[in-house]
Amino acid sequence: MDNAFGLLPPAASADAARLDPLILFLICVSGFMSLLIAATIVAFAVRYRRQARVNRSINAQANHGWLEATFITVPALVMAVMFAWGTHLYLGAVQAPADALQINVLGKQWMWKFQHPQGQREINELHVPVDRAVRLKMISEDVIHDLYVPAFRVKHDVVPGRYSTLWFTPTRAGEYHLFCSQYCGSKHSEMVGRVVVMSQSDYAGWLAGKTSNLTPQESGKRLYAQYRCGSCHKTLPEIGTCPPLEGIYNQRVPLADGTTVIADEAYLRESIVRPQAKIVAGYGKEPMPPFEGVLTEEGILDLIAYIKSLSPNVEKAAP
Amino acid sequence: MTEAIVPPEHHYLNDGYSARSWLLTTDHKRIAVLYLLTITFFFAVGGVAATIIRLELLTPAGDLVQSETYNKLFSIHGIIMVFFFLLPVIPSVLGNFLVPIMIGARDLAFPKLNLASWYVFWIGGLFTLWAVVVGGVDTGWTFYTPFSSVYTNTYVIATAAGVMIAGFSSIFTGLNFIVTIHKMRAPGLTWFRLPLFIWSMYATSVIMVLGTPVLAITLTLLALERLTHVGVFDPKIGGDPLLFQHLFWFYSHPAVYIMVLPAMGVVSELVTCFSRKKIFGYKAIAYSSMAIALFGFLVWGHHMFVSGQSVYAAVVFSMLSFLVALPSAVKVFNWTATLYKGSITFNTPLLYALGFIGLFTIGGLTGLFLATLAADVHLHDTYFVIAHFHYIMVGGTVMAYLGGLHFWWPKITGRMYPEVWARLSAIGIFIGFNLTFFPQYILGLQGMPRRYHVYPEEFQVLNVLSSAGASILAVAYAFPITYLLWSLKYGAIAPANPWNAVGLEWETTSPPPTHNFIEQPVVDHEAYNYAAPAQDSPQPIALESTAS
Repeated sequence: MDNAFGLLPPAASADAARLDPLILFLICVSGFMSLLIAATIVAFAVRYRRQARVNRSINAQANHGWLEATFITVPALVMAVMFAWGTHLYLGAVQAPADALQINVLGKQWMWKFQHPQGQREINELHVPVDRAVRLKMISEDVIHDLYVPAFRVKHDVVPGRYSTLWFTPTRAGEYHLFCSQYCGSKHSEMVGRVVVMSQSDYAGWLAGKTSNLTPQESGKRLYAQYRCGSCHKTLPEIGTCPPLEGIYNQRVPLADGTTVIADEAYLRESIVRPQAKIVAGYGKEPMPPFEGVLTEEGILDLIAYIKSLSPNVEKAAP
Repeated sequence: MTEAIVPPEHHYLNDGYSARSWLLTTDHKRIAVLYLLTITFFFAVGGVAATIIRLELLTPAGDLVQSETYNKLFSIHGIIMVFFFLLPVIPSVLGNFLVPIMIGARDLAFPKLNLASWYVFWIGGLFTLWAVVVGGVDTGWTFYTPFSSVYTNTYVIATAAGVMIAGFSSIFTGLNFIVTIHKMRAPGLTWFRLPLFIWSMYATSVIMVLGTPVLAITLTLLALERLTHVGVFDPKIGGDPLLFQHLFWFYSHPAVYIMVLPAMGVVSELVTCFSRKKIFGYKAIAYSSMAIALFGFLVWGHHMFVSGQSVYAAVVFSMLSFLVALPSAVKVFNWTATLYKGSITFNTPLLYALGFIGLFTIGGLTGLFLATLAADVHLHDTYFVIAHFHYIMVGGTVMAYLGGLHFWWPKITGRMYPEVWARLSAIGIFIGFNLTFFPQYILGLQGMPRRYHVYPEEFQVLNVLSSAGASILAVAYAFPITYLLWSLKYGAIAPANPWNAVGLEWETTSPPPTHNFIEQPVVDHEAYNYAAPAQDSPQPIALESTAS
């Protein structure tokens, strides 16, 4: 029953273990209902064929209200179970655990780029440790893609201009398909790769053996210096023309229009590429230039990693 | 057999033979015939694309066509089949022919608008065909942005313009039906005496009129961004790519019901006639058509569970999607209950209708997988979805259309089709269809993504099965086209009412006179007023006159 009689791919994540019983339930209910209706139709069709001599008298005055009510109630109850079960699992899988391993993912026509927290990069291959939650922070450089790992039963669109997240806990070592499942142009079907799930010690060994690039945080620090961000974003107690960045990650920030916003990754990204979108209260007299098209998506991810590192206390709590 | 059947002396088909008498006709019946020819042509175009797709997928490698070509093929298949075949097929052909006759009217309320709808449809069709000929389009029928608005260099604007223009023909037809059904019913034909086909046409028309403008707006915005780089959908210029999906599915999900509601209407007619019994739960079926038309507008977000829309929105859309499934379930149970204690003959139209019920049931139940949030995360954008909507669109709409076409063929043409050939074809289509699309459910469960030109080897066996089924299906579809053409000349002369059916369309001649009725019919009873089956003596039916 591990993979529902071969109907499903291998189950290699905690999500798969939770989802497969629901899919089996759906298969059984729909199989049973299909057969029941087909059998009823065939039975009626044979029994009441024109040539058959059977009792066809019907009580024209009969009230079929109860039957009509059954037609509605029974499917409604079955569907309520499906809805509740599916929604329960779906909502349970929204929030990644705080200690999840965070890997940055860039989708572009037609390849996947991954970067591990210690800086190791790979293309179209993703190495992850077993039994540890992995959180993918994903963004596209061009069109909409979708990262899909059938063995994990998870997928999520990878959209340009905004971060999406996908997380899973691999439960079994092995190699599994990684697909792009949102049509993205000519070589959509070649935007594929594999996920390699390794034991935790093998993963550590793999990380060590891989030429380590700069970590995202280190690259971000370089960019920060290169673009002289610090000349306006000064460190307190110095007051610059732009808001200080220390300790702001995941904090509530008051805006010039009187509202507030949580300074999460989405907000930080927006403030880098389009600084005028939400201006912090008290600033904006000397507007920051937009970095749309100046920085790559990778560079923005790096900068955000660096800005997050300036808020050491909240770093871990971030989903 | 009693006296020979004599065709009527004057009818709409011999009321003028010139090209002008056809191309400038305002007779709804002639326009229906024009649509029949047009729709069949587009079905063939979409079918050719499907054939090449299935041939390509015989092997995991991309060896028959290049990936660019493959992407254009599935795009054209989808665009032609959805916008130029499935959406218009039943309303424009059967609806155009039957709506006035079934309600005892001489024509639709706006006959010239009806003719205009056919010309507008062709203008849209020619735009799209032109785009195919000069280079094609590779966005899929869903036109997702920013791929379609910025990145692809294929003929998006011409195709989208074609689809948008064809949409106006849909609006014209819907408007015409709504006004006609409201204002032109025969004396005594109250709302709850209407045949259920009319109810389904009414519900469909409401969706056409309310939904299609949104498609036009969406495609206009897409063209605007592509031409002028005004940021609407591309985030690089300030747009929102998910906005396109919301707008697109706000029309395109209800559009699914434009395709399937008319099919349900046809099946309601067929099941009652060949059971010789009043339909079970008339009002439940009528109301459920209207419920589907209403709820259909509230479920578009179930196409976007993994797109990044709010999780709370996803929960609401999931619940509403289950709700919209209920009226469909009610209909299936009612059709089944209608067979109970009927007096059933297995003519071709009923075979198609029973096939419809079975396939629609499977298609509907597998839709529940996709409405279930967590299951959709795995199944979204896989072959499971492809199988699901082909069970609804092809197993549902096409089966019902073919059933209806056979049922009303004697009325439309004045000739009977050959019953034995027709039954064999119906069975062949049923088998070919299941062999083609059932393996795709399993492919989807196993995780094969849709729109894949090359695929991993472990999916090959099921793909070969599917292609084998498609070859049976293709041959089976060729049969009706052949014998229906044959019957125009050699088929037996049809009596006015070959099925002993009730309904105003059977009270006039086959084919009907230009103005449908010699005398204005008056209705004093409910629909499906079949005599109690116990007293019903067997009637000579078409099989005996043609098969012997």
